[in-house]
Parts: sequence; structure tokens; C-alpha cells
Amino acid sequence: MGPLKKITHNCKKATFLIEKKLIGRITLREHIELRIHLLGCSVCRVYKKQTGKINEMVRQFFYGSVKIDAGLDDTFKKDLQERIEKELNKK
Amino acid sequence: MTSESNQVRPYQWVESYADYLYAYTIARISDEEQAKDLVQETFLAALEKADKFEGKSSERTWLTAILRNKIVDVYRKKSSGLINADVNKAEQEQADFFSSYDGHWNSEHVPKEFGIEDHDPLVSKEFNQILQKCMQKLPALWMSVFTMKHMDNETTDIICAELKLTAANFWVIIHRTKLNLRACLQKHWI
Repeated sequence: MGPLKKITHNCKKATFLIEKKLIGRITLREHIELRIHLLGCSVCRVYKKQTGKINEMVRQFFYGSVKIDAGLDDTFKKDLQERIEKELNKK
Repeated sequence: MTSESNQVRPYQWVESYADYLYAYTIARISDEEQAKDLVQETFLAALEKADKFEGKSSERTWLTAILRNKIVDVYRKKSSGLINADVNKAEQEQADFFSSYDGHWNSEHVPKEFGIEDHDPLVSKEFNQILQKCMQKLPALWMSVFTMKHMDNETTDIICAELKLTAANFWVIIHRTKLNLRACLQKHWI
């Protein structure tokens, strides 16, 4: 395979570059390779759209889950309070 | 100079911060018992170094920083096994995503549209449940990297240093994680 064919056909490489570009930096050469690939590959265009969306949803999920979660039970807190006071009295 | 603001008040810790620290932990480590232990360890460790608290940050920020280091310790331990069986398994799952000849998608694994682009809140809720299940299937190391990147917005350098990864390794993990996660979503959503 020639160098151009290598990138126009290599979806594994293209998806790697898509991921790297999303949260980091890719080189100018990689940019060009990715562009060429995406022009000819509708499947990776779907992938690109989805993976960005997944990142968005993951972030929303992470931030949402912090608020939703129930707190600690009272017994645990009471024991913890006693434990801390015991340590403090040692000093 | 000692002012009110740079002193610790350990008697109030449980009441003021225990729930917050627990929620912080459970979002990053889904094991409830382990999360409770980490909260307790955080308070005890903080007592040990209470005299070093300089009041440069709030008490809550200071406690959270101690907790965060403990969480990263857990990540490191979970992912440093000599044989990462869960990583092998996860890699196996994506072994035939691409043609070994030219790297093109194999037809049975081709990404298909999810149809979630319009972002209906009801649909999102259901989608989130699947997302959560799919994330739980990720190997410990991949999940650690993923959480540090997407939840804590840590830089690549910090993640690599703390989890003892090379940059090349980091990008391979980022890519592989997303391949499995996306495939899992496609399998259970469409």
C-alpha cells in the first residue's frame, strides 16, 4: 500500500487520531491525514460525531452523579465522630 | 499570626464535610465500603497533619486534596497488577473491530447512528443508565484514566505521572477505552 492509501483505508489509525485530537494535540501532518480519511470515510465521520457526543454525556453524567448520591448513614457518622474525638484526646 | 480562618476545626469535620467527601469518592470509586474507608482515612490523615494546615485554601479544599491522593493510590493499586486480566479481556473484545489487513472497520462492528443527537432528556436518562453499565465493564486501569481525564480534567502529564504511564500508553488507553465504550453503547442502545 502507498502512503496515501494507508491513511484513506486505515480506520483504526483514524479513530486513534480522532480521540487524540479531542483531548490533546495532533501534528499538522496528522491533521491532513485525518481530513483526507474523513472525506472518504462516512463510517469514521459517524464515529467522530458519536465520540464527541459520548464525551459530553460522560461529563454530564459525572457531574450529575455527584449531586444525586445519598450521603452517609448516621451510625457511620457517629462512629467516625467518636473516632476523631478519641484521636484528638490523645494529643 | 494565627487567625480564625487558618485553623482546623476537627470537631466539626464529620458534620460539615463527611457527606461531601463521600459523594466525591463514590462518584470516582463505585465501591461503597471502600468509599467509607477512604473518608475515614482522610480525616485521620488530616488530624496527623493538622499542624501543617496553613489556611491557604479552605478546610474543605484541603481535605479534598488529601482524599484525592488516596483515591489515586487506589487507582494505582488496582491497575498495577502484574497480569491485568481485565485489560486482556477488554482488548480481546475489540480484537476484530478492524481488519488486520488494512485497519478498515470490519462490517459487523461498523459504527451506526445512535439517534441521540437531539438530546431528549427522557432518552438521556435511559442512555445514562446504559452508559453507566458500559463504563463499569471497563478495566480498572482504563476506568482510572478515563475518570481522571473526564471527571477531574487532569492534564495528560499528571495522569501519566500518577499512574506511571508513558504518553504513548496513555493515548492507546484513551483510544481503546472509547472503542469499547462506543461499541457497548451501540450494542445496548440500538
